[in-house]
This record gives sequence, structure tokens and C-alpha cells, in this order.
Amino acid sequence: MIPELGSFSLILALCLSALLGVLPIAGAHFNNQVWISMARPLTAGVFVFLGLAISALAYAFVTDDFSVSFVAQHSNTLLPMRYKFTAVWGGHEGSFLLWTFMLAGWMLLVGVFSKTVPAEFVARVLGVLGILIFSYILFMLSTSNPFDRIVPLPPADGADLNSALQDIGFILHPPTLYMGYVGFSVVFAFAIAALLSGRMDAAWARWSRPWANVAWAILTVGIALGSWWAYYELGWGGWWAWDPVENPPMITWLLGTALIHSLAVTEKRGMFKSWTVLLAILAFSGSLLGTFITRSGLLTSVHAFASDPSRGFFILGILGISIGGSLLLFALRAPLMKGSFGFEHTSREFFLLVNNVILVVSAASIFLGTLFPMVYQAFTDDLISIGPPYFNTIFVPLMMLLFVFVGVGPLSRWKRTSSAYLVAQLSKVLFASLVIGLVIPLIVLAEFSLAATVTLILASWIVFAISKDIGNKIVNKRSKVDGLKALGLSYYGMVLAHIGIAVMLIGAALTSYFSEERSVLLRLGESVNLGGYVFTLKGSERIEGPNYVGDEAELTVVKGDELLTVLYPQRRLYVASGTPSTEMAIDAGFLRDLFVTLGEEKGAGAWSMTLYVKPFVRWIWLGAILMALGGTLASADKRYRRLRVKAAGKSGVRSDALAAPELQAAS
Amino acid sequence: MKAHRRKRLGVIMFIAAGLSVAVGLTLYALSQNIDLFYTPTQVAQGEVNAGQRIRIGGMVREGSVQSAVDSLVVRFVATDYINDVSIYHEGILPDLFREGQGIVVEGSLDSAGVFQASRVLAKHDENYMSPEVKAALDAAGTSPEGAVTRPET
Repeated sequence: MIPELGSFSLILALCLSALLGVLPIAGAHFNNQVWISMARPLTAGVFVFLGLAISALAYAFVTDDFSVSFVAQHSNTLLPMRYKFTAVWGGHEGSFLLWTFMLAGWMLLVGVFSKTVPAEFVARVLGVLGILIFSYILFMLSTSNPFDRIVPLPPADGADLNSALQDIGFILHPPTLYMGYVGFSVVFAFAIAALLSGRMDAAWARWSRPWANVAWAILTVGIALGSWWAYYELGWGGWWAWDPVENPPMITWLLGTALIHSLAVTEKRGMFKSWTVLLAILAFSGSLLGTFITRSGLLTSVHAFASDPSRGFFILGILGISIGGSLLLFALRAPLMKGSFGFEHTSREFFLLVNNVILVVSAASIFLGTLFPMVYQAFTDDLISIGPPYFNTIFVPLMMLLFVFVGVGPLSRWKRTSSAYLVAQLSKVLFASLVIGLVIPLIVLAEFSLAATVTLILASWIVFAISKDIGNKIVNKRSKVDGLKALGLSYYGMVLAHIGIAVMLIGAALTSYFSEERSVLLRLGESVNLGGYVFTLKGSERIEGPNYVGDEAELTVVKGDELLTVLYPQRRLYVASGTPSTEMAIDAGFLRDLFVTLGEEKGAGAWSMTLYVKPFVRWIWLGAILMALGGTLASADKRYRRLRVKAAGKSGVRSDALAAPELQAAS
Repeated sequence: MKAHRRKRLGVIMFIAAGLSVAVGLTLYALSQNIDLFYTPTQVAQGEVNAGQRIRIGGMVREGSVQSAVDSLVVRFVATDYINDVSIYHEGILPDLFREGQGIVVEGSLDSAGVFQASRVLAKHDENYMSPEVKAALDAAGTSPEGAVTRPET
């Protein structure tokens, strides 16, 4: 009964979203206030019914209703409760429902937090999102309804959740990633609404900016969580593999990063308007592409869902219509936008343009590498794969170039910065970075290492340049503390995010160059030395969990004379599905991780295993956290709130008229 | 030419130059990193040169897995149920590696015709068959569904 209610809720949500996709946009076009005012209630309705649907699915999981096909495939009576609950997104159908529900959640937030935006503009935004969510729900109902029953004979027990998914990473990563991904739909809808209404001005950029920053911050966390999860769950000691399904979030993230910088120019200087709109469309396309690649099963990946081709065609249809339609609209409307080029070659606008070009080019080359196998197969019928070396060859030099500009950008000024000023500002920064980069690796490693030197020079370049900028801003203030207080939240957000880049750069580069790993066969009591750490196999024993059995080995790690830690890697066999799974043992540290994956037992008490020492690997995720905090801080800037309060005071008055002088003051 | 026109031209030239460098770099990197995919039958027919980096997809032949007791060496046979390829791998196999399971191996053939696998990939989802394995079985006409259904693009 409950699953049928779930299905029914989906159908109701479909009907409401059809109305939402038509009435408000038509209302805005024909200036029909009643239709415009329908946008918020309809959005709330879609949210409520999708909420009911996803609750019904969760209920079916929690109550072990194996007559529902999706539940039977992804759960089991023995599955721990937290995984029963989260198995909702353990497969294609349920995770798509979560994706759709997330979109409804964002739409509700847009409805709530856009009181200062003109009603007819909000109506267009919600209308565009309504069309989108309508196509998602239609896709769900026609090809992948999570509530489909198994009739007439439901199984007595379920096939269990994929063992690789029974982990905290699975609870956190998909919802966060989806939330970030879907957030870019909101920015996209703002862009389309701007194209429809023909008002692409500073006000539009200011409305979009907090949404773009928040979506970007959440996507950053989502990708970082995925990387962290892959690191400790998949057992190959890597944190990024250029897997075809990892790439679209990365493409979206790179385009999103370009977008939040381009929005800054549009808001502060009224330039790059059509470029910003195009980036919003592209970032959204990146998120749809991710859905398509994951759910069409066309590319080999650890993430791919078992799928049938009809789904792929449907998503391709959504992809084609939304991207094609929005690009067509863009082509029709973009020429109406008047651009201006009032800036010099050494202005902040110019450096942000460089940032955008580098980010878009790197996104495009990842896109090419990801889709090339598919295109190649279509033309030659040969299957090929593009390995990580391709992506590294392109991505690493581009990022290094970008990091040089990350240092220059914040120190430059809008419109015009004299080269002499930049040189004067940056020469000390350069000198300090060179000293750090050359001296520290020599002291620590006792030899010259190009990788470590370049990494440290770039990282200190970014950090010192930012510090110099902060120094410049408070140098003339009477009290340094007051000077620091006077800087806006959005400025601190930028500082934090850029330091996050430096931290991530150190983590990523040093881990890649200085990690050590070795696959060994250890007998009881045997030791092996890896990078100064002595791993000794002390024993192994049988273990039994709620839904698995397995073995656990015990290893001590000694450095010098000191016992650092005892590691317990496991190898599990999940009973219901019969799938084996390795559980890594990790000793995490600020400066290095020690990491053991257990292979198989060979002879009595002897185990094959892989040992890893991974320096600075945590810095990768620490950097991502700093970036996400930066994005969140920036969107909480009081500039956005102050405008809201003022505009609310004079309801009915267009807020951009109020905002314009304010903006001048702020920038 | 007016000043703002010249500036605009400068920006466009800058973008174009950046793009062409990027495209050149991309195409170079692509040409260096394409791993072609072969089926066991194609390998048996001698279509692959020794030393060439390739991928092979197939099923692990039942009863073929031999793992050494005192080292990490594993030997097994990848098959499309028409022809076989002997695989040599030194390392730990993925969790889902099992006899009768679809796998993809990366590496190259040595002069003795044994495939030296640097990486063995098995899928985390048992119901999921990678396009490579499916294509190999389809080409050999031994796909479990019987019908020849190459993935359309």
C-alpha cells in the first residue's frame, strides 16, 4: 500500500511540475499576476509530494518490503538499519529519486530566499526548474520507477546492498555530490530567466552569486568526500583516478569555479555578461552529462549502474533538449547584451579572464578525454580507453599556470593596475617563495627534488601573495585588528579558498611524488621495512559481523624504537550476496598516512598484502574543506543580506535601483 | 582601428592562442595514451604485436586460476569461450575477481605470447558487465543473452 502511495505521489508531483513549468513563465510573459503568484505554491507542492515519495521508499526499506523490486535488489533483513535507510540511493532508481528530491529542495529554497527579487523573475526561475524537474519525474515514471513491484512471487529476502557501499562514505558522498550538482541547476535557471526577461545586469549577477557560491562549496565537499571514500574503500591507495564518472563532477567543478569568478566581474563591473550566462549553461550541462554517463552504462567505471539502453536514450533526450534549447536561446539573446571592454592588460578583469580561459580549457580537455572513447567507438567500432597519463599530462601544467595567476589576481586592481605596481608588490613575494621552495626540501629531504621545490614555490607564492594583500589592506588603518574586522566576509571567503588551493596543491603533489607502496607476502612474525616504517605481521583471526564473516590480520608498525600503531586490516565476505570486500586499516596523520590492504591467505598464517606510506595525503581534503568554507563565507557576506533588508523595507521597488550606489561603495 | 576594438582583438587573440596551445597539447597527449581494446580471439589471431599496450576483456576461465604460495604471482586464462589468452599478474587481485567472472586486463603481450597484466579490473556490481567484456563475448557469439547486441552509441 505504501509503495503505491509513493508512486501516486510521484504522479501528483509530475502534474504539479507540469503546471509549474508552464503557468509562471507564461504569466511572466503575459504579465498575468495570478499565474506568476502560482510559482511558489506549486514549488512547495512538488517538494511535498517528492518528499512523500522518498519517505515511502525509505519506509519500504526500513520495513523490509521485498515485494518492491528496488528494495529486494538493494537490501536484506540482516543489513544494519543505517544502511537500510541509506540504501534508498544504493541503486539507479532510488538515487535518481534522491537527485530529483534534491532539486525540489533547492527550488523550495529559491522560493523562500528570493523575497527581494522581482516576482516575475522568480516565476521564470522556478518555471525553468519546473520544466527540468518535470522531465526528471517523467523519466523516473516511464523507465525507472523505484516502486515497481515483483509480482506474483516476491523473494523471501533481499539480495543485499553492494558490499562496497556499506560504509560511511556511501552515507555522505552521494547526497552531498547530488546537492552540489543540482545546485548548479539553480544558477542555470537564473541565467535562463535572465535570457528570457532580457535583463542581464549587475542585479542579476548579485542574485545568482550566493547560489553559485553555495552550490560550488557543496560540490567541492561532495567531490572531496568521494575522493576520500575511494581512497580508503577501493583499496588501491589512490585519491583520484580520472574515472569516467569522476570526471563530470570535476568538469562541473572547474566550470563552476570559472563561473563564480566571472560572476564577480559581472556584478562589480557589469562585464563578461554573456560569458557568465554561457558558463552557467555549461556548468549545468556538466552535471547532466555526469548523470548520463553514470546511468547509461556506456563507459567502464566503478560507478556505473547496471542499466538498459532506453534510460540512456531518455537522458540523452533531456540532455539534448535542455542544452540545445538553452544554447539556442543564448544565441538569440546574447547579441542584445552590450559588452564593454573598459580594462587594461594588467587589470583584475584581465587576470580573471585568464583564470576563466585556463579553467574552461582544462574542463574541455577532461571532457574530450572522457568522451573520446565513445566517439572513437562510434566511428571505428573499436573500443579504446584513455588512461590517467593523458589527464595528468594536460591537467597538471594547466593548473600550475593557473596557480601563478591565483597569486597575481587578488593583488591587482579593477580597471587598471600599473605593471610597476604589480612588480613592486610581487617581487618580495616571489623572493620569499623561492627561498621557501629551495630551502625546505633541501633541509627535509637532504637532496634536491624538482617536484617538491616547484610545489612549495607555487604554494608559498599563493599564500604570500594573499598575505601581502591583507597587509596592504590594513597597513593604513589605525588599529590592525579593526582593519581586519573591516574586511568583508566575501573577502575572507576568497582568502580561505585560495589558501585551500595551496594546501590541496601541497597534498596532491607531495602524495603523488613521495608515496611508497609495496605488495608483499608476510608470514607470521615476518617484517618488512617501507620508508623507515617496519610493518610486522603479528597474527590473524576469524571475525563475524552482522551480515558478513571474514579474517582480520594484526600488524604492528614500528619506527626507530617506537611502536607507532597497531593496524587491523580485514577481508570480509558478505553472506547474502557472496561478495568479498577488503577493509583497509589506516593510521591517519597530519603529515602521513600508513595504510594496509589485506590480500588473500596463502598457506597457513601467511598473507599477501599491500602496504602504503602516503605523506601529506590528508592535505588534499583539508584544502577542499578550506575552499568549501571560503565559498560558504563568501555567500554569507552582509552585502547580500543588507540589500535584502533595505529592499524589503520598500517592497515593490526594484532592488537593483537601490543596489547600484551601494555597489559602488562596496567595490 | 579604435582603441577598444584593438583591445577586444587583443583579448580574442589571447584566447585563440591559449586555445590552440591547449588543443595541440591535448591531441598530443591523446595520441600517446590511447589503449586499444582487443578480444581474446583477436589476440589469438595474432592481431597484436608484442610490447604494445592494450586492454583485453573476457571471462576468467573456470579452473584456470593458479596463485603461487610464496609470492604474489597469479596466472589465469581470459577467454571469450572461443579462444584463450594466458595472463600473468604480480599483485593483489580485486575483490570481485573470481572464476567465471568478467574482467578487463591492462598490459602487453610478451614474446612468449603471455599477457603481462599491469592492472586487473573487475567490477564492483555483479550484474554489471563492462562494455569491453560484453563486446568480446558478443563478437565471439558467446554472450550469455545469446543475441548479438553490441552497445550502440
